[in-house]
Amino acid sequence: MSETLTKIVVNCETGEQQVLPLTAEEIAQREADAAAFAVAEAERIAAAEAAAAAKASGIAKLLALGLTEEEANALAK
Amino acid sequence: MALTYTAIATTTVGSGGSAAFDFTSIPSTYTDLQILLSARSADAVFLRAVNVQFNGSSSSIYSYKQLYGFSGGAGSFGETNIANTFVGQMPGTSATVSTFSNVSLYIPNYAGSTNKSMSVDSAPEINSSTNWQLDLTANLWSNTSAINRVYIYPGSGNFAQYSTATLYGIKNTV
Repeated sequence: MSETLTKIVVNCETGEQQVLPLTAEEIAQREADAAAFAVAEAERIAAAEAAAAAKASGIAKLLALGLTEEEANALAK
Repeated sequence: MALTYTAIATTTVGSGGSAAFDFTSIPSTYTDLQILLSARSADAVFLRAVNVQFNGSSSSIYSYKQLYGFSGGAGSFGETNIANTFVGQMPGTSATVSTFSNVSLYIPNYAGSTNKSMSVDSAPEINSSTNWQLDLTANLWSNTSAINRVYIYPGSGNFAQYSTATLYGIKNTV
């Protein structure tokens, strides 16, 4: 049996709070969001990893040219 | 400038968890809104995204630009014309036990007749040198309606017990 997803609804005029099941539309939206976010997050992580790899590669090349590690790191900042 | 700061409503997740905080019937009598969110995901992840929709709208008219820092570096990311807007991250059950996020959402001129912007800062309390992420986010809802409902929900799964959301109304007059 699948879990019933619920939300806390707070009526800001009356102060009333209710725990209600998500609507079918809200459940569908969550599923679509999760799929879209997974793609976006993978893109973000890939971009961050590529930037980190490029930086490391650049530092390695600067070291090979004879710069000290401190100088290479300063240039790569 | 904020001259008065009123807690309109606050709510805390009970033992069963909750898939969303839904602030409805928000009065239009304030200048700005702020939401402070202390949240944890009930899922076995280190970090889980938190999203927001306004007025029940899932139209693809939300955009955001995010500056982030995490254990592997820093950078920026953004999306346009999507059906919700990202506001930050919260720790899940794979992170340090009993740690929560600290997310602050500020919505200026929420009852005005222009498109609605929002600024967010988010810092999960991970207590670890890895798997952490800080976010500063600029958000836009391309809709001129007054905001009367704020729907806050995880990218997946539930908010864990003791997650809390508080909605404040801010006035620039006494």
